[in-house]
Amino acid sequence: MSADDPKPRRWAIWLPLAVFATFVVVVIYSLSHPADREVASAMIGKPLPQFDLAPAIPERQGLATSRFSDGKPRLLNIFASWCIPCAVESPQLDQLARKGVEIDGIAIRDRPEDVKAFLARNGNPFARIGKDDVSAVQLAIGSSGVPETFVIDGKGVIRYQHIGEIRPEHVPLILQKLKEAE
Amino acid sequence: MFAHKISRHSREGGNPSPGLPSSSTFGRWIPAFAGMTRLGVLALLAAVVSLPLAAQDTLPPAPYAYRQLDDPAQEAKAQELMETLRCLKCQSQSIADSDAPMAGDMRSQVRQRIAAGEDPEAIRAWLVERYGDYVSYAPRVTALTWPLFVLPLVLLAIALVLLRRRFFGGKGDGE
Repeated sequence: MSADDPKPRRWAIWLPLAVFATFVVVVIYSLSHPADREVASAMIGKPLPQFDLAPAIPERQGLATSRFSDGKPRLLNIFASWCIPCAVESPQLDQLARKGVEIDGIAIRDRPEDVKAFLARNGNPFARIGKDDVSAVQLAIGSSGVPETFVIDGKGVIRYQHIGEIRPEHVPLILQKLKEAE
Repeated sequence: MFAHKISRHSREGGNPSPGLPSSSTFGRWIPAFAGMTRLGVLALLAAVVSLPLAAQDTLPPAPYAYRQLDDPAQEAKAQELMETLRCLKCQSQSIADSDAPMAGDMRSQVRQRIAAGEDPEAIRAWLVERYGDYVSYAPRVTALTWPLFVLPLVLLAIALVLLRRRFFGGKGDGE
C-alpha cells in the first residue's frame, strides 16, 4: 500500500490471519469430532423392494417381500455369522422375540453351516431367514453394512432403520418404532 | 466397531493376575505396555490381530466382482461408472478401487446390469435413490449444492473487476 492511498484500511491486514485462524479452529474441531460415517438408507417411507430369497438354513423358510404385507409390523434384521457385532446384539433380538416381536433375518454372504453354528451359539430369534449371497437385497434396501435392523409396517413399508448392533438401551426405541408402525 | 471389544480385553489384561509377574519384559522394553501383565499384552494382541480377520466372510466373490465383461465397450462403460460410485464400507474409495466384499457385490451388479443393457446413469440413479447423493462421486447441481458451482464464477468476476481497476483504472494510481 502506498502512502497516498485514499483510505488505508488497517483492519484489512488482519484478514488473512483471521481466515487462517478460522481454518485452524475448524481443523481442530473436525479432528476431535469425527464426522458420522454411517450411511443412512434413503428408503425410509418407501415400500420394500421385491425379492425372494432362498432359505439360509434348512430349518427355516426363506424370505420374500410378500411376507411383509400381512398387516403385522415386524423387524427385518440384516446379519451374518462372520460379523462380530451381530453376535453382540443376539441377546437383544432374543429379548424382542420373547416379547412377541416377529423377526425375519437376511444372512449376508454366508454359508448354511456357518449360519447354523452362529445360531446354535447365540440363539435363533428368527421366524424366517433368507440368504443373500451377493448383497443384492442389502443394496436394494439401502443397507450399507451388518448388522442393520429395519422396522417394516404391516403394508410392507420401511419405517425405521437401526444401524449397527442393537444394544440393551436401544430395545425400548425399537419397540416404540414397532408400535408407531402399527 | 471393534473398539468396544478391544477395550474390554485391554481392561481385563490391565488387572495384574496373581501368580504372574506384575511387570513383564514387555513392560520394561515397551513403555506403552508398562504395568501390563504378559497375559494382558497377549490378550490385547490377540484381540487386535484376530478380530479384523474374523470379520470377513468366506464366500467366493460375486460372479462379476473381479471379472470383466466380455464386450470391451460395455466393460468401459461399467468401469467409468464404478469409478464414480462410493464404496460404502471404505468410504474414500470407489467401488472400482475397493476389495471390500460389498464393493465386489456392487461391481458385479453394475456389470450385470450394464450387460443387460441398462443405462449407467439409471444405475447411478437407482443407487442414489437408496443411499442418497453420498454414494455417487459425480457432483450434481441441486438446491443444496448450487452455491458451489456459482461461487467460483462470482469470485472470478470479482477478480476480473479488481484487476481491471488496478491495471486500467482511470485515476492512474501507479507508483
